[in-house]
Amino acid sequence: MAARIHGGAGAGAATALSTFNPKKLVAPSRTNLPAARSSKRCIVAGGGSDASKSLSVRHSQKLIASAAVATKAETSATTGTGHELLLFEALQEGLEEEMDRDPHVCVMGEDVGHYGGSYKVTKGLADKFGDLRVLDTPICENAFTGMGIGAAMTGLRPVIEGMNMGFLLLAFNQISNNCGMLHYTSGGQFTIPVVIRGPGGVGRQLGAEHSQRLESYFQSIPGIQMVACSTPYNAKGLMKAAIRSENPVILFEHVLLYNLKEKIPDEEYICNLEEAEMVRPGEHITILTYSRMRYHVMQAAKTLVNKGYDPEVIDIRSLKPFDLYTIGNSVKKTHRVLIVEECMRTGGIGASLTAAINENFHDYLDAPVMCLSSQDVPTPYAGTLEEWTVVQPAQIVTAVEQLCQ
Amino acid sequence: MNNTCIWILAFEGFGREREALEETVLLRYEKSLTYLSFFLLQQHTTFFTLIRYCIFQITQKKKTFASFFSLLSKTKSTAEMALSRLSSRSTTLLQPFATTSLLRRRHISTDTTPITVETSLPFTSHLISPPSRAVETSSQELLSFFRDMALMRRMEIAADSLYKAKLIRGFCHLYDGQEAVAIGMEAAITKRDAIITSYRDHCTFLGRGGGLFEAFSELMGRTTGCSKGKGGSMHFYKKDASFYGGHGIVGAQAPLGCGLAFAQKYSKEEAVSFTLYGDGAANQGQLFEALNIAALWDLPAVLVCENNHYGMGTAEWRSAKSPAYFKRGDYVPGLKVDGMDALAVKQACKFAKEHALKNGPIILEMDTYRYHGHSMSDPGSTYRTRDEISGVRQVRDPIDRVRKLIIAHDIATEKELKDMEKEVRKEVDAAVAQAKESPIPEPSELFSNIYVKGFGAESFGADRKELRATLP
Repeated sequence: MAARIHGGAGAGAATALSTFNPKKLVAPSRTNLPAARSSKRCIVAGGGSDASKSLSVRHSQKLIASAAVATKAETSATTGTGHELLLFEALQEGLEEEMDRDPHVCVMGEDVGHYGGSYKVTKGLADKFGDLRVLDTPICENAFTGMGIGAAMTGLRPVIEGMNMGFLLLAFNQISNNCGMLHYTSGGQFTIPVVIRGPGGVGRQLGAEHSQRLESYFQSIPGIQMVACSTPYNAKGLMKAAIRSENPVILFEHVLLYNLKEKIPDEEYICNLEEAEMVRPGEHITILTYSRMRYHVMQAAKTLVNKGYDPEVIDIRSLKPFDLYTIGNSVKKTHRVLIVEECMRTGGIGASLTAAINENFHDYLDAPVMCLSSQDVPTPYAGTLEEWTVVQPAQIVTAVEQLCQ
Repeated sequence: MNNTCIWILAFEGFGREREALEETVLLRYEKSLTYLSFFLLQQHTTFFTLIRYCIFQITQKKKTFASFFSLLSKTKSTAEMALSRLSSRSTTLLQPFATTSLLRRRHISTDTTPITVETSLPFTSHLISPPSRAVETSSQELLSFFRDMALMRRMEIAADSLYKAKLIRGFCHLYDGQEAVAIGMEAAITKRDAIITSYRDHCTFLGRGGGLFEAFSELMGRTTGCSKGKGGSMHFYKKDASFYGGHGIVGAQAPLGCGLAFAQKYSKEEAVSFTLYGDGAANQGQLFEALNIAALWDLPAVLVCENNHYGMGTAEWRSAKSPAYFKRGDYVPGLKVDGMDALAVKQACKFAKEHALKNGPIILEMDTYRYHGHSMSDPGSTYRTRDEISGVRQVRDPIDRVRKLIIAHDIATEKELKDMEKEVRKEVDAAVAQAKESPIPEPSELFSNIYVKGFGAESFGADRKELRATLP
């Protein structure tokens, strides 16, 4: 969208940069090495291909940390001094680092304190920071989301956890009216630097009410930013960026991704909130995805490569606003787009993205944009039915073949 | 109460100051005395108004001066009997003016020596012992009450006419009748204490230090408004005075207010947050959720229910099983206050602030009334009678109450107060005129302040090299 995304590339990063040692910071425009094409779950960071070089050069013009990009490439890829951890631990690390750094950051949610968090994201934080900074709330999403927003109006930076994203529907009024709109309706007087996070998505037979994808409901709220994390690397990076952002950010995690393992760098880094991630560069078709579907797509990519196709896979990460720059460059290269998402068909993220791509890149498309999403049904309990609700790799392969004819 | 009472009270004064009375009678006074009969029903009677009534009786009924006094003397015996039956309050208040000279011209008193006034009604409490009814105030404070409340009243009436002239659109919820709540609260707290309220926020904004010009500009949607014209009537905010608005959704400010209290506790600020809501919002679940958290975490939150007895068109007996809103906190102490008495409100808020800083949340219920309908599109008379409205206006009006107090304590004369009101009116008219001249927002303002970094104010082509539109 706006060039400000880049300058704001460090939207999260730029302002944060002023306060700490830039040498330690990486604001990555991340590209993975072609070597990673062999579909490992562990995606190793790399400096790497030409595409990434140009992007990172542009970045380093805006950011102080021009040296950091190179150093970062060295450390994890070559010297391998990163540490391996699971996604929920990466989130915890990000959260802990931010709480150490800024005393205004606090966490509120159900069972985040003594229990350690229902998905262990906040484990150990209550012991370290005390009850006033890691708050166990009673079960009243509307009230504690509102409380977080009220606290943010005065300058605190709460991280509000919904135990399951679906529960945040109860707080919709607070999120929509007070969180999203207050900065505007007060004429800029109040900023609401909250982070609302929680797991969503279809899990393992959790039932309809616990398998909701709220990205589609929240996407029209003006004033909020939405990001979806998919790997331990971007989970930690996005968590930190979201906390440092002055805007309200909704961070969508996925129930089934919490146990993903990856090696992440030791030094501090944050990810750009508005930027998409190039998972696998390619030539024939652009596949846009986010969150758990990334893994289904990568699995399908294995099959596709064997069949001779060369898909370009982009994890869009930023659900609001879309990173139309990265997407646009990709469309101009491949001329075919397939969107794979877990959201509902009607009014989902894919629907908006299809509209955005058609509007902006219509001339570059050789085939209509195809969107694979979940069926418009409440997620059934039965395992087989649940499988059919969500997009499976086989369907992705068929779709690519169809598009690339 | 009937004429007997009036004559009795007139006689009381007559007995001591006959010469002064005769001179006073010969001075010119206004004839609009219809409120007098209600006046005298309360304890804040003033000597001047008594005399005026007598003159009125004379001129209207064409009795001669002599016959008037002969009538008085006839009732002397009954007067002595009846006097003993009068409540002690009225007689104690009659004493001050009986001893002062009536005709001395003096300046409006602005000294700060404390005056102790008793509130008209006692406090009713729940789970806590109520504060004393004796409120300490001073001439300066009473005068400022009068002036500020008159300002608020005038502002709301001006907003009424502006709405009818279609300069204010959308929703406009007016606060006239409830001014004592805003004023009394301000007198008890500092600007570091936070206030958050619902959409009926014009006067609260003024109380927090907001300007008339900003208020009117915001109402008319101009850039000079407090929210740059983007908020409107329901979204007045003033960050530097800790006024957090201004919220349109009923009850949504309750969790926000507890969040403010949480932040104050977190930052160890020794300040409290006052969260105001109405009797309609008192039935919202989020209020009880927020109350539970506030009580659990001992937050310095004071929840104030401005009970004006109507939730838009639904009377409180039709919407709430338990209309004792101050008791609804169950485990949270509560206090019911006469919300039309600015001094009672001040006492209660002071008490509540002390309590909240030490012990956690407390609920205040302000028994108040709004003269206008719920909003400008509501005539306000389909669910209540006009007699009820005028009755409350005559008996319980907060400005008149302070006016009587001021006159009773001889801080200012009736005329001086009237002059003050005229000044206030001019001030309001000037602000309205100035606001009418203010600029409307530029189109680029549509996209400013959505995100904190001005995100989206420029629209680039998809490849980011070509600038498609600059919204300047």
